[in-house]
Amino acid sequence: MKKPAEAKKGLMVSPIENGTVIDHIPPGKAIKIAEILNLLQPGYVVIIGQNLRSTKYVLKDLIKVENRYLTGEEYNKIALIAPNATVNMIRNFEINEKRKVTVPDVLEEVAFCANANCISNKEHVPSRLYTVSRDPLVMVCHYCNFESKGEELKLKGAGGR
Amino acid sequence: MEFVNRDIVSIKDFTRPELEYIFEKAKEIEEKGYSRSTLKGKRVGLLFYEPSTRTRMSFDTAAQTLGADTIWFAGVEGTSVMKGETLKDTIETVANYVDVIVMRHPFDGSARWAADVTTKRAKQGLKKVPIVNGGDGKNEHPTQTMLDLYSVQKTQGGIDGLEVALVGDLKYGRTTHSLSYALSMFDTRIDYVAPEALQIPAHVVSFLKQKGIAQTKYSRIEDVIETADVIYMTRIQKERFPDENEYNKVKGVFRIDKSLLSRAKPTMRLMHPLPRVDEIAVDADDDQRSYYFQQAGNGVPVRATLLALIMGAVE
Repeated sequence: MKKPAEAKKGLMVSPIENGTVIDHIPPGKAIKIAEILNLLQPGYVVIIGQNLRSTKYVLKDLIKVENRYLTGEEYNKIALIAPNATVNMIRNFEINEKRKVTVPDVLEEVAFCANANCISNKEHVPSRLYTVSRDPLVMVCHYCNFESKGEELKLKGAGGR
Repeated sequence: MEFVNRDIVSIKDFTRPELEYIFEKAKEIEEKGYSRSTLKGKRVGLLFYEPSTRTRMSFDTAAQTLGADTIWFAGVEGTSVMKGETLKDTIETVANYVDVIVMRHPFDGSARWAADVTTKRAKQGLKKVPIVNGGDGKNEHPTQTMLDLYSVQKTQGGIDGLEVALVGDLKYGRTTHSLSYALSMFDTRIDYVAPEALQIPAHVVSFLKQKGIAQTKYSRIEDVIETADVIYMTRIQKERFPDENEYNKVKGVFRIDKSLLSRAKPTMRLMHPLPRVDEIAVDADDDQRSYYFQQAGNGVPVRATLLALIMGAVE
């Protein structure tokens, strides 16, 4: 039997057999990501590490969830909170696929415009935002042209609506 | 240039050649006169969720002088909006009755949403009903900008090379933002005359800077009165100030009367999107430089041209 990939690195949290590892999350943001991915519901086996030592970013957060893989929309959501995160798909203790998240050019139904008077926050209208800048993150609303900064964006499923 | 079935939502959707084409056609309409056969058999829906005098009445006049019928509501009293009907449902319904919808709505971005709704209908095989934005919240009012620019061109014989001073509430006033964007398509120089707290937003300045437009901020009308070719006044709203004293101080500074106006070039034209409160003294109305009422009149040829173009009645 293969030796678990994660065990080689001597991680503080135990490896998972199948599931997803979201790595390189900025410290303090893991809970928010777990929230928007609805991982805090009963039924999921989740390990959340906060303020772990990281060679790349000094400190980082990390999420491991068993038997759960992410959808494309979920990758986009993570990118809004943790633009440098890496998502590892684990199968049989091995990293099956490693992906860096990126904010796409167009975000549909993922986040909401920060302008409270925007029609997309007033009526049942599909939200649509275009990326103006990735660093710092700025998105402009398809409807009202309002430019929302990354931290102002309300994400779907995180008290957004 | 394609205008048929085109939505008019934002001034940024238009290029300089397109604006010049609209102005050329508007001039033709003014010179040759309106023909009632132009839009005969067409119907324009005017959906005004918010108060308006000039926009609604000039669209209504424009449509009728070209022979179109108009149906409308002004204020939501008596409509299903009072029962909680969404904008989408109202648009889907009214699109069955009319060829074009002109709307003013309190929410930012409502016109783009309405345009998406009628575009989706068209994809399902129904006819496209173009949306004309008559003001969506604090966001845009593109036909106002077009008639402002048309007024500048008409009175000055062109737009390139002009010094245009924007005065008043430049921070919150949507007309000055849209006009700045439109002016940046031409070789113009822009003066921003406003109290510090109501100066033009940085994002507007940086957008125009990229286009190489000369822009200067001033704090008194006196600084620009003798050099400007056009002075565009806007109203400063009392509610923007923390206390009445502050407002009163500013109010007197950003006001033009007959005596100040007499210092301007004889060819200078004083404009205002209206309604005015007291930023232009009534004694200035008779000065040949005062153009605001004629400017409001220019709404008819410009809006008539737009209706004719998007309904394919004028090429």
